[in-house]
Amino acid sequence: MSAPGEGSARFGDTALPREQHDALRRAIRLQWVGIAYLLSCVIVVFAVMGSSQAMKVAWVEDMLSLVPPLVFLVSLRSIRRPPTPERPYGHHRAIGSAHLASAVALFAMGAFMVFDSGSGLLTAEHPPIGTYHLFGQTVWAGWLMIGAMVYTGIGPVILGRLKKPLAETLHDKVLWSDADMNAADWRTAAAAILGILGIGVGWWWADSVAALVIAASILKDGVTGIANALRDLMDGEARTHDDARTHPLVDAVLTIARGPAWVADAAVRVRDQGHLFHVEVFVVPTATVAVAELEALAATISELDWKLHDVVVAPVSRLPDAVRAAPASG
Amino acid sequence: MAVAGAVLLGGCAAIPADPDGTLERVRSHGVLRAGASPGADRVEVDGGEVTGPEAELVRDFAASLGAEVEWRVGGEEELVSAMERGELDLVAGGLTEESPWSDRVALTRPYASTASPDGELKHVLAVPLGENALLFAVESWLDGQKP
Repeated sequence: MSAPGEGSARFGDTALPREQHDALRRAIRLQWVGIAYLLSCVIVVFAVMGSSQAMKVAWVEDMLSLVPPLVFLVSLRSIRRPPTPERPYGHHRAIGSAHLASAVALFAMGAFMVFDSGSGLLTAEHPPIGTYHLFGQTVWAGWLMIGAMVYTGIGPVILGRLKKPLAETLHDKVLWSDADMNAADWRTAAAAILGILGIGVGWWWADSVAALVIAASILKDGVTGIANALRDLMDGEARTHDDARTHPLVDAVLTIARGPAWVADAAVRVRDQGHLFHVEVFVVPTATVAVAELEALAATISELDWKLHDVVVAPVSRLPDAVRAAPASG
Repeated sequence: MAVAGAVLLGGCAAIPADPDGTLERVRSHGVLRAGASPGADRVEVDGGEVTGPEAELVRDFAASLGAEVEWRVGGEEELVSAMERGELDLVAGGLTEESPWSDRVALTRPYASTASPDGELKHVLAVPLGENALLFAVESWLDGQKP
């Protein structure tokens, strides 16, 4: 078992492998670029949104998409702190708590916007969209709104694509869900554009319908986010960065634990603390086992991957119930 | 896709369109149903006669569409309600940008501003909510009147 308080247990300091170290620096830079870009989107959309409900919802979504990058940057500061006797597991849970907080924000705003847009549809609100007087020309405001939506729709797709591989390398779920939202953001822009073109051809309902579609997608992101964040906070078994399946390291740890000749049977319990995994290995020895053997096994498991930072090997006479004794895959 | 198709068929000139076809009706029937409410120095009503700078503006605008103005005189709320029922195409009542009616009727951009004890007043006209072709026509005509 790795010594408590040892520097290597920390995330964000020099103990990170080169690949993760570089990915983290790139991710931080990308998040700052993303925040600057999103702020410009918030300003541009606010300037032209007028009475369009779809534009209003798209604007709210732009504001909300500022939350995950901020949460990412803030939580990095707190997880750098080393574990102490009072905080024996370190501060990695900051990630999980932040994940939950941003998911709840999405859920609440999504629900409000669904209600707001739905009532606009039910009361048959006809959105008025006027004109601007630009360079001696009278220009319909809808064209400017469409221009703004094209601007806000392109950037996130690029940002999302750049962030996704970094989220995988860093095993960072906040970064992943942020990237996932970004990558799907062009749909918001497309829906808003269709809504405005709809108003343009005289379909008053197009705006509310587009707003409803965007609001529903915010709500859906919130629900999925809450479910995933709660699973990690309740110490579910470690899953991949996209929560698609059990993390392959769980099986790898189990295989190693069963390796030594003195092990009759083994089972593992791996939980995701945010970036790093806390691993408990239960082994039933064939006979009396030396402490050195247990420590050697813990060391071998720790060396398997940088994420396995806190490995405990416990000799037991009988495996506990409800721990993984058989591989998750196959 | 359906919207994109409609846009291509309609051509850019058809955007924005009126959901209720107000502008088309004014053009084809040659009648602009306007509400007049005596307000500030912009609209004055004397007997059946509607006068004042805003009334002149409305007559000129109607003329630009080849239409006559059919006035209806009343209080602001009465006119706004009539507009919501689809009985009026335009309201001139010395309304300003700060008008509290802005969620029941669509206000134009200010066409003129005057000084008053309450500060600068930015004068606007009102058209039915969502009749965006009419709103476009009024605003672009007003832009053309500016010196």
